[in-house]
Amino acid sequence: MKLMKSRLLICGAMAVFLTISIGGYLIAAENEQVIPITAKRFEYSPKEIMVKKGVPVVLEFTSLDRLHGFNCPGLKIRTDIHPGKVNPLRFVPDRAGTFPFHCDNFCGSGHEGMRGTIVVTE
Amino acid sequence: MKIDRRDFLKLAGIGGVIFASGLDRSGNLANTARAAEEDFFFVQLSDSHWGFTGPPVNPDSAGTLKKAVAAVNSLKYQPDFIMFTGDLTHITDDDQDRRKRLAGFRDIIKDLTVKNLKFMPGEHDAGLDEGEAFKEFFGETHYTFDHKGVHFVVLDNVSDPTSTVGKTQLAWLSADLKQRDKDSPIVVFTHRPLFDLYPDWDWYTRDGAQGIELLMPYSKVTVFYGHIHQEHHHNTGHIAHRAAKGLMFPLPAPGSVPVKSPIPWNANQPYKGLGFRNVEAKVKEARYAISEFSVKGENL
Repeated sequence: MKLMKSRLLICGAMAVFLTISIGGYLIAAENEQVIPITAKRFEYSPKEIMVKKGVPVVLEFTSLDRLHGFNCPGLKIRTDIHPGKVNPLRFVPDRAGTFPFHCDNFCGSGHEGMRGTIVVTE
Repeated sequence: MKIDRRDFLKLAGIGGVIFASGLDRSGNLANTARAAEEDFFFVQLSDSHWGFTGPPVNPDSAGTLKKAVAAVNSLKYQPDFIMFTGDLTHITDDDQDRRKRLAGFRDIIKDLTVKNLKFMPGEHDAGLDEGEAFKEFFGETHYTFDHKGVHFVVLDNVSDPTSTVGKTQLAWLSADLKQRDKDSPIVVFTHRPLFDLYPDWDWYTRDGAQGIELLMPYSKVTVFYGHIHQEHHHNTGHIAHRAAKGLMFPLPAPGSVPVKSPIPWNANQPYKGLGFRNVEAKVKEARYAISEFSVKGENL
């Protein structure tokens, strides 16, 4: 019986792990804020992202067309946004403020305007 | 205003526009690559953005490049060659329009008297198709050539949309440099700055530091680049980086405004901030005297 329980626990743990790995965003940490963001030429949605200082965040980027980028120099975070998959980016905001971000993979005629802001509140 | 050689050198000296890229030469004169050492001029033209329209920024968008061509043709000291450091055309999302613009640019520069022309792309030319259209018109996006004792390296940091030189090209650069003496005069042309000038505005190359690291052992290296539409001078160690003005619209100084955007046309000072440069390569000293010109040929 004990052996069966152990096996069930292991299987359960593996299932959770697989869910995390495949989904890429069902995170173990209970207080983690998960924010889906879509990117397409030449905009992010949403383009204003609200987070709280000290609370871990996962930005889940999905591109609807081509390779884009996400670069927020003020928070020193960036990632490529490849089409066809979820591109997670984890960070913990360490200070309050408004931080611009932009696409840093050249994506076309509106590339320069592909921007947004992250607002970190206390 | 035209200047003679004496004025040119005077200007270069007083204005501090003679730049050393390294120590004085001391080396093997038997080196065949140096056998043809001789001072010469080359012109750098950049960021013509052919196809751009926007009267508040440049009401003469169809005529500015033509004026620059005429101005180059009227230079008293004609260059041995002319280097175009990218963004020959303005971005279009349409592949056929891109080719039309490249063809339009090519048709205009046919009027240049000097026929030894060198090209490289900017991200507007090559960032959406990895340089495919550019290559159809102007050939490879990275290459080397030697001229009168100077080794020139053209690096492509735009065809990959991630703003990188890339591992393959870095390996190619490394292999090329290994064939050079450490005190060989080397000039590198890029579109984007290799160093982190202002990453928030995309004024950097993501793996540019690796390129600079490869160049560091060489004592006489100067980099000429475009992309930022203004004259700018910077050193990473002993390596000098010299940005050129553009030929369509000027851009603000790095980080001087919250959002990067073209500086509006000034009717009282038309073409202000636009221009090109004539560079005198003083080969033995590996120094490059830069003389800036307006699109109308005025020495600035």
